[in-house]
Formats: sequence, structure tokens, C-alpha cells
Amino acid sequence: MSEASADRRAEGPRGLNPPPSAEPVLVVEGLRKHFVSRKGFPRARTVTVRAVEDISFRIHAGEAFGLVGESGCGKSTAARALLRLIEPDAGRVTWKGEDVLAARGAALKALRRRMQIVFQDPYSSLDPRQTIGAALVEPMRVHALAEGAEARRRAGALLEEVGLPPAALDRFPHEFSGGQRQRIGIARALTVEPELIVADEPVSALDVSVQAQVLLLLQELRRRRGLAFLFVSHDLSVVRWFCDRVAVMYLGRIVEEGPAGRVLANPLHPYAQMLRDASPVPDPSRRGILPRIIGEIPSASNPPPGCPFHPRCPQAMPVCAREVPRWTEAPGTSQGGVACHLHG
Amino acid sequence: MSEIILAAPPPAWKRALAKARSNPTTAAGALICLIIIVSAVFAPWLAPYDPTEQDIMNRLQAPGGEFLLGTDQFGRDILSRLMWGGRISLTVSLGAIAAAMVIGGVIGMVSGYVGGRFDLFVMQVMDVLLSFPSLILGLIVVALLGPELVNLVVAIALTAIAPFARVARAPTMALKERAFVEAGRALGFSHVRILFGHILPNILSEVMVMGTLWLATAVRVEASLSFIGLGVKPPTPTWGGMTRDGFENILDAPWLAVFPGIAILLLVLGLNMVGDGLRDATDPKLRNE
Repeated sequence: MSEASADRRAEGPRGLNPPPSAEPVLVVEGLRKHFVSRKGFPRARTVTVRAVEDISFRIHAGEAFGLVGESGCGKSTAARALLRLIEPDAGRVTWKGEDVLAARGAALKALRRRMQIVFQDPYSSLDPRQTIGAALVEPMRVHALAEGAEARRRAGALLEEVGLPPAALDRFPHEFSGGQRQRIGIARALTVEPELIVADEPVSALDVSVQAQVLLLLQELRRRRGLAFLFVSHDLSVVRWFCDRVAVMYLGRIVEEGPAGRVLANPLHPYAQMLRDASPVPDPSRRGILPRIIGEIPSASNPPPGCPFHPRCPQAMPVCAREVPRWTEAPGTSQGGVACHLHG
Repeated sequence: MSEIILAAPPPAWKRALAKARSNPTTAAGALICLIIIVSAVFAPWLAPYDPTEQDIMNRLQAPGGEFLLGTDQFGRDILSRLMWGGRISLTVSLGAIAAAMVIGGVIGMVSGYVGGRFDLFVMQVMDVLLSFPSLILGLIVVALLGPELVNLVVAIALTAIAPFARVARAPTMALKERAFVEAGRALGFSHVRILFGHILPNILSEVMVMGTLWLATAVRVEASLSFIGLGVKPPTPTWGGMTRDGFENILDAPWLAVFPGIAILLLVLGLNMVGDGLRDATDPKLRNE
């Protein structure tokens, strides 16, 4: 194990790609979540927000899978739905073959141990009336992993692992900065020894300098513990650095998926190309005019027919307004795929 | 409940207490309440006379002299009766508010946490309760159940449940959207654990402040019920009952009605002053002023 991890370290962040033959740990198929609400007076209309329309992907053990897209495209909803923090309307989610969406009671509790979440806002993710120590010990007690002094010892060790002094155990959340709180949130997720961490924009709320520290910490934990990640972010440079594979979401659908290097450098889908071109490049010699994405993201309560991107797509064809494009494999082996009529 | 306060000593609560203490109005209110509580609790030892012992030789004595606040038409010492009567007022209002706080608080928390149609239904029931003036509702209950101390507690508790449910519900609805509640769910915590372990400590100070303010209302309602003869039965002294009895001799011996009236006024005033001070001190919008 130590030899293998040394090798991995030498290969850098993306060197963790498991052999393609390995069985995925998490399989998501056709996940859907619509929010229905009734609005208006005196005559209420039913409004359906199609936050997640149809999403499928798989994550292998130790793999970092990125989910990118503009805000409002449904990436956070998808992450919450597969964790059953909100109940999805349709689809299938399996963890190592076990049905996540059908699990109840003790089975669900056992599954929750395997998958944890780190939140975007470090200021609301910790109970303000609970000491850090209590927050870390409680999950261990709930899952009967450790009690009393042993639990406290483990909590202290976890704090050290995320780069905080064990003295922090007796403090309250308001005594910490955003970055420190995010570390505490990560430590709390680790208390139940998960195999997959859903990181929902884990660094978006932090200062840039702190972002780098937290990202390095996540990378370090990933190496040391062999954690798999579902990394939700709108920041392409962060995803490019952290993830092995990436899926690009638009209006509740995945429009392109594949190895992070390929998708972010040479995307096939016009939307992914726009995202790439709109993302700043830290190279003054390549300074230029940022390309504009035409229009705004349409409302998820009234999505366009056919390909969801066609009203903004510079290469839209008549067929795009009529039919939802099929999933097409990208050229080459395990280069992912794209949902676009240009490549169909 | 005290256990929860001890388990999570919130700095906000401590800060609020320190701020409340530095406010002269709050301090004065606390002093008034303290004097009344001490004299009521220690009435068996502090009261100069037996509150029910009749002394026909000394009936309708004016204040001052041997009887500090005078005597009533049976020659009973008013001061002693006031001290003993305070025990009834405090027992009934504390009991009623404690019950209302627990029952109403739990209803509001669960309703706000569950949400949806359940919440709608529960809150509409609460609105119906709320639409009764507290005195009328208390009157109905005592008239139905009889003027016993326990029934007084039930009657007053019933009128206070709805306001506590409202006060507990609103912050619960806000808190359940916070990420730490989601984190708890993701960690496999039960809803009971999330509600009582994580949401309750965060709404406790608001509910406690409300409790102090409603104590004053409870004192008032108890006195009103006693005044119209639906309180604890004589010869047990109650402030409301003493005020009513005093009315019969209001021209000859005004102190009979005035002193118990002042006692009610002082306790209600003191409780309101403390409640207002606590509310201001815990209100985050006013905290920095």
C-alpha cells in the first residue's frame, strides 16, 4: 500500500485513475428531481422546476469525479438527491450494487456511513451551540464506532489530520474562520470513515489563498485514505486540478462526460467549449477578448424543447429544437461521451 | 431543560445575561421579582401571622402599627396573606407556563420541522386556540373542570400553548434549512436527535424570553380568575380573591383591595421588565447597540 501510494504521489493529482475494468462504487442512472410548487393568487398555477432531468454517471473507488456547470443547472440538487438528502423522483442509485434509493432504516444508516458530504457554506454547516468535540464525537456514537475517551481521542486525531490543533475540541464554531470551519466540516465527514465524499462547492465560499489550502487538504486526504470524490463546482480550474473525470451539466442534464484533461481542454459539446473559453487562462500572452455566451440560462421551470442548449448554441440546427440528442461515445477508448446532434 | 442549558453553555446566552444585568430597568425588574419570590417561598417562616387565623378583636385594623398592612374583616393579617397568596400566584403561573412552554414548544418545533400539510393543519388549530382571549378560555376551562389549583394551571397553560408553538416554529423552519441539519441527516442522525439535540438548543433562548413575558400574563389571568371567584377556593389566600373581598369594604378600608392590587401590579411589572430586557439582549438586531 505504501509503495503504491508513493507511486501515486509521484504521478500527481490525476494519477489515481483506476483501471477501467474496475467495478464502479457508485452508479447513478436516470436520476431525476422536479420541484413542484403552486404559485399565484387567486388562481394558483402548478410550477414544475425541472432541477435534475436525467443524469447518469459512475464513480470508481478512489476516483475524483467532477460535476460542473453554471449555477442553477442542478448540480447541487443532483448531489443531494443521490445522498437522499432530498428524495429523487426517478432513477437508480447503487452503492457497490446496493440500491440506495430503496434503503430504509438501518440499511440507509449503514449506507450513509459510506457517503458523506462537505458543504459550500462553512458558516451554516456547523451547529453554533455545539463544541467541535461534541460535533465530531456525536457521529461516532450514533454509528457505535467509539465512545467516551476513545471517541475524543479519535476526534483529536481527526482535527490534526485536517490541520487543526486538538485544543479546538472544546471551542465553539464562531471562534473559527471560514477556512478552519471548512476543515472541521471535513473532519466531521471523516468521523464515520466514508469511502466517498460529495464535495458541494467546498471552496467557493473561501478566500483564494484559503481555497488552495483546503484543496490541498482534500487531495491529501484522498491519497491517504483512498477516498472517492463527487466534486461539484462551477470553477473549471479547480475541477481540472482535482478531478480524474468530469461531467458538464446544463439544465438538469449531462451534456458531456469524460476524462478531465480531454473534456476541459478539447470539449466536443458547444456548451462545454463555451465554458472552457469563458474560463480565464493564467497566461498574459494569451490575453484576449473573452467570448460571450449568448443569452442567459433558461428557467428550469420552462426548459426549451429538444436539446436544452439550442437557444444559446451558435451551431444550432433545426433538429436541435425538436429532439433531445442521443448519448454518443467520444472517439478513442474511454474518452467519455457527449449529447449533441453535431456528434450524433 | 436545565440539562440542555448546562450541556451547551452558549456564549450568546451568557452575553445576553451580562447585557441584561447592565440594563437598570431589567435589574430593577429582577429585584422586584426576587423580593416577591423570596417572600412567597419563605412565607411559612417570614410571615408574621397565620394567614388564615381569624382574630375578631383586631378586624379591619388600618395599616401601620401592629399589623403593617392592616387586617381584613376577619382580623387576618394582610401582609401574611399577601405573602402566602404569592405562593398561589407563582405556583399557578410557573406551572402553567412551564407546561405551555414544553407542550407548545414541542408542537411548534415538530410542526415547523415536518412542514407541509401537517404544519398547515397544526398551525390552524393553534390559530383557533389563539383567537380566544386568554381570560375567556381560562374561564371556560375552570368553569368546566372546577376551581382547583391543578385546573387553574391547565386552564392557563392551554391559553399559552399556541403562542409558544408560534415562537418555536419560526426559528425551527429557518434552522432546518441550515447545512448543519443536512449534515446531521447525511451522518445518519434520527429526526428526534436533530430536533432535540441540534434545533432545540438553538431556539431555547427565544422560547425562554417568551416564557418570562408570558409569566406576567399568567399572573394576570390567575388573578382575574380568582377575582371573579374561579380561583383557588377560600380560605386559601389569593391576590385576586383578596382584591375582590376588599371591594366590599373599599370605602371603609381601602387597603384591603389596594395592597393585593399593588402586589399583582408589581409582579406583572417586574416580570415584564425582566422579559423585555432579556428580549432586547437576545435580539441579534439590537445586540450591537
